[in-house]
Amino acid sequence: MHELGLMTGVMSSVTEAARNAGAVRVTDITLSVGEMTEAIQDALEFAFEALSEGTMCEGAKLHINMVRPKSRCQECGAEYEHDRFHMTCAECGSPFTELIAGKEMQIDSIEVDLPD
Amino acid sequence: MQINLEQPILAKNDALAQENRALFAEKHVFVLNILASPGSGKTSTILATIEALRDEFNIAVIEGDIASSVDSEKIKAQGIAAVQINTGGACHLESNMIRKALDVLDLDALDLILLENVGNLVCPTDFDLGENAKVMILSVPEGDDKPLKYPGVFQVAEAVVLNKVDTMPVFNFNEEAFTEAVRQLNPQAPIFRMAATTGEGVDEWAEWLAEKIRAVQ
Ligand SMILES: Nc1nc2c(ncn2[C@@H]2O[C@H](COP(=O)(O)OP(=O)(O)OP(=O)(O)O)[C@@H](O)[C@H]2O)c(=O)[nH]1
Ligand SMILES: [Mg+2]
Ligand SMILES: [Zn+2]
Repeated sequence: MHELGLMTGVMSSVTEAARNAGAVRVTDITLSVGEMTEAIQDALEFAFEALSEGTMCEGAKLHINMVRPKSRCQECGAEYEHDRFHMTCAECGSPFTELIAGKEMQIDSIEVDLPD
Repeated sequence: MQINLEQPILAKNDALAQENRALFAEKHVFVLNILASPGSGKTSTILATIEALRDEFNIAVIEGDIASSVDSEKIKAQGIAAVQINTGGACHLESNMIRKALDVLDLDALDLILLENVGNLVCPTDFDLGENAKVMILSVPEGDDKPLKYPGVFQVAEAVVLNKVDTMPVFNFNEEAFTEAVRQLNPQAPIFRMAATTGEGVDEWAEWLAEKIRAVQ
């Protein structure tokens, strides 16, 4: 799995943003991760703990919003939530659908402490 | 203080992938990213595809492996340009590796680049390389339940190649169950039944790909 690589990217973006804001410490990091990606929540958390040790992110709370898959039907226009395995339109059964949520891998926001 | 980032985690990879994509479009090269397990027949499929399409198109291959240059040697032996990328342990190709490999290819002279990703059904699926399309190859000995165990790779694929169909009688492969699972995951993807080493089904697959290549020329 590549969660270590993903979290390395998160850490460097977060650290850069925090430094640019003049922060001394990062207290919270919020991510959105779609259920249709290969990233696993536990592995992301584990990777974060390992990588944040001794950095300005150490001890920060990692919030991961797992995003449920959602599609829009290109034939009947219905929008519907579904699991990873069933993509066809829940209303009319059409195979012509477009995924509108569930593929996210995003850093939403961070919370930082500024120097006193 | 809260800072809103709203930034993709793979922002760097994605930005470079977009640069690759723009370059491919400018040069009218079609790039196919091939995802599959180790030993499923990626290199065999590439060799069969080269045979089927080399009269019409100029083809090059980028081989991604954790180590060794065995696969790129096989391609070169057919008189086709091949670049080997050794990821040195990484489980997938990333867009910067492709960018580097492109330096040694003459894009002006090419119509098709076949990209053999690292043998892995999980990690490569989340990484955009700038390709025009991803396809996945499943080989019969791996079993008909793979769409249920590795849904992601079946979903990012524009087509699924079912390889080694010549071994169907030995492996008790339930093709109906497989087809139905793929249809649920990815209703629009065609499934090509193939045996890369005997040539069975290669023409239909190659024609599907040829249509795509012509469309970007
Ligand atoms: N019976 C049969 N064997 C096949 C077929 N396609 C490939 N093979 C055999 O499967 C083995 C692996 O094939 P490769 O093409 O090297 O597979 P690969 O996916 O490129 O393997 P790696 O790059 O090592 O992951 C070889 O021994 C091939 O001869 C097929 O259609 N039928
Ligand atoms: Mg190979
Ligand atoms: Zn519908």
